[in-house]
Amino acid sequence: MNILKFFTAGSVDDGKSTLIGRLLYDTDSILADQLEALQTSNRKNDDGTIDLAILTDGLRAEREQGITIDVAYKYFQTEKRKFIIADTPGHIQYTRNMVTGASTASLAIILIDARNGVVEQTIRHSYLVSLLGIKHVVVAVNKMDMMDYSETVFDAIKEKYKALAQNLNLKDVSYIPVSALKGDNIVQKSERMAWFEGESLLHFLEQVDTDLQDKTTQARMPVQWVIRPQTDQLHDYRGYAGRVLSGTFKVNDRITVLPAGTNSTISKIEFFGNELSQAQAGQSVVIHLKDNIDISRGDTIVNSSALPIESKLIEADLCWMDGRALDSSITYLLQHNSKTTKCKISEILYKVDINTLEKHATEEFRLNDIGRVIVKTADALAFDLYGDNKANGSAILIDARTNLTVGALMFRASVE
Amino acid sequence: MSEYNFDYLDELEAEAIHILREVAGQFEKPALLFSGGKDSITLVRLAEKAFRPGKFPFPLVHIDTGHNFEETIKYRDEMVARIGEKLIIGSVQQSINEGKAIEQTGKNASRNALQTVTLLDTILEHKFDACIGGARRDEEKARAKERIFSVRDEFGQWDPKRQRPELWNIYNGKIHKGENVRVFPISNWTELDVWNYIRRENIALPSIYFAHQRDCITRNGQLMAASPFLNMDDDDIVVSKKVRFRTVGDMSCTAAVESDADLIDDIIQEISESKISERGARMDDKVSEAAMEDRKKGGYF
Repeated sequence: MNILKFFTAGSVDDGKSTLIGRLLYDTDSILADQLEALQTSNRKNDDGTIDLAILTDGLRAEREQGITIDVAYKYFQTEKRKFIIADTPGHIQYTRNMVTGASTASLAIILIDARNGVVEQTIRHSYLVSLLGIKHVVVAVNKMDMMDYSETVFDAIKEKYKALAQNLNLKDVSYIPVSALKGDNIVQKSERMAWFEGESLLHFLEQVDTDLQDKTTQARMPVQWVIRPQTDQLHDYRGYAGRVLSGTFKVNDRITVLPAGTNSTISKIEFFGNELSQAQAGQSVVIHLKDNIDISRGDTIVNSSALPIESKLIEADLCWMDGRALDSSITYLLQHNSKTTKCKISEILYKVDINTLEKHATEEFRLNDIGRVIVKTADALAFDLYGDNKANGSAILIDARTNLTVGALMFRASVE
Repeated sequence: MSEYNFDYLDELEAEAIHILREVAGQFEKPALLFSGGKDSITLVRLAEKAFRPGKFPFPLVHIDTGHNFEETIKYRDEMVARIGEKLIIGSVQQSINEGKAIEQTGKNASRNALQTVTLLDTILEHKFDACIGGARRDEEKARAKERIFSVRDEFGQWDPKRQRPELWNIYNGKIHKGENVRVFPISNWTELDVWNYIRRENIALPSIYFAHQRDCITRNGQLMAASPFLNMDDDDIVVSKKVRFRTVGDMSCTAAVESDADLIDDIIQEISESKISERGARMDDKVSEAAMEDRKKGGYF
C-alpha cells in the first residue's frame, strides 16, 4: 500500500469542502465524536442534512466566515491506498496557500460548477497546476444534480476544458461528473448518470500512479547531517545522512560531491545498522564513501554519470508570498534543499495575469504575483530543471529581515 | 538483496527522519519533547534511525505535571537508560511552588493547562530554539492546519493567520532571537499509522496502553482513573474495570476506554473498528469547538 497526496482546487461555491467531506464521510473516515461535533454545530444544508464542509474548516475565522483560508490536511484510507488531501483555499487572495498545498501533491482535483462551466478561477487553478507540474489532473464537474445529470452539459464543459488543458500543456487529464452533495460518482458509480462510462472519483484515485514511481536517472542526495560518533569503536566512522531526492544510488556507484566537484565511490549504504544494496527516491539513508573527502551539510551527492546544472544565474518562475512587495535592491536568502545562500532577483522578465494567462512586463511583484525572474545567487547551485526533477528544481526565498518565506522558485533554465 | 519494497510506513518514516535531520542541521539548541506517550516514543525510535550510530543532537525534555501514571515514569527512566541520551525534566510542581502557575480547583481540576507555563520556562532556561513534538494533523482540526515547522513568538504563541508557506519538502527554520519553532515530524501520520509502526518496529510501550484492571470513576461521561490527583467526592463511585488508555497525558485529564485488548494486534483491530477518535478521550478538547486552537495560540504543544 502506498500514499497518494492530492489537492483540491475550487471555491466554497463549487462545493470543494463538501466534496472532501463526502470522500471522508463515504469512506467511513469520520469518527463518532467528530460526527457528534458536526451534528451539534448549527451549520446545516438547506434540506437539513449535515453540512459536510464543516469537517475541513479548522480555524475559528474560517468557521465564522464560511471560507477556507489556510491549507488543511486530511487523511483517509481505503483497502487499496492511503490518501493525504491538502484542502486549499480557492480565492485569489489565497493563491500562495494553494501553491503551498499543491507543492507536495501528485494529483489535482479541479472542481467546476456544472452551472457555470469553465470560469476565470478554473483558468487560474489550472495554471497553478501546470506551473507546479502536478502530474495528474482530475476535472470534477460538480453539482450535476442541479443540471439534471445532463450528459450534454458535462460534454460541453469537457470540450471547453480540453482546449485549456492543451494551452497549459496538461497531459494527463481525466473528467468525472459528480454531485458532492448527493454523493454521485464520488465513492460509488452513480446510477443517475448511467451514460458516464468512467470510474467513480475514489476508484480513480485508488488506481492512479504516484510520484514515487517516477524513474529518473538523476540520482541526487543533499547531505543534511554528517554522522561522526567519534567513539573508540567508531573512531573513523563518517556517514552522510540525507534523503534521496530522485533516482537510485547503488553500492559501488561513482558519485560526485557538489559544489566541490570531488569524485568518489559509494562504499556502503546504511539504514539503522542495516546495509542496503541501493537507496531510491524517497528513502532516508546514510551513505559512506571510499575516499575520505570533506563533505558537510549543504553539499549534494549526485551520480557522476548524470550531473546537475551548476550556475549562479538562474531563470525561474517565482510565486510571491509576502505582503511586502519584492525588492530587487535587497539580498534575500535562497534555500535549496539543505543549502542556503544569499541571492538577489536581478531581473523581472514578466508577470503572468493568472486569470487570462497574459504576460506583462512589470517592475512590481506583490503578494500572490507569479512570473518569470532571473535569480543571481552568491554560491553556485547544483540544480535540475523543475520540469525534469521537481525536488531538485525548487527553492524558497526567505526575507532575512523578517525570516518569512516570501517566495517559491521553480528553476526553468540556467542563464549563460 | 531483493528490490526494496517502499510502502506507506517506509514513506512516512523517511519523511520524519528527513525532518529530524533538518532540525539537527538548522538549529543550535533543539530538544525533543518526550511525554512518555506512544507518539513521542515513536519519535525516539525515528531519532535513533536518523542519527545512529551517533548521539542524538538534542536532549529529551519531559514536562512533568507530577500527576503521572507511574507506569509512564518507569518506562521513561528505563528507556533513557537504554538509549543513553540526556533527559531534562521541567517540573509543573516547581512552577506551582515558585508561584508561576496556580493549581486549578474544583471537580475538573487538571494540570494540563499548567504545562504550558513550565514548557515555556524550560524553553527559556535552556534557550531551546526548536522543540520537536509528536503532534499529528489527524488528531484535531486546528492541528490539521499547522505547519511541520511551526514558528512561535517569545510567548510561545501560534498565530494561525501568519503561518509561513511550507513548500515541497523545504523547511524554513529561520527565527529571531527569543522565538522558537515547534517541529512535528509525524504530522502526516494517523493514529493507526503510529500503531502499525509500533507493531512493525516491535517498540515496547508503557503498560497502561494495554488492557488492565483499574479503579475508575465516571466523569462527564468518560472513564477516569481513580487517583489522588483527581478531586473526587461522595458522588464519585469507584468501580474496577478492565481498561486501557489510547492517549497518555496527565492522570487528571486522560480518560480510559473499556477494553480487553492486551496485545498490540488486538489494539490495532480495536482502533480500526473504533467509532470514537483518539482526542475524544481527552477532556481538554471538549471545552469548545476551538479549544485546541486557543490552547495552541497560548503556547501549548
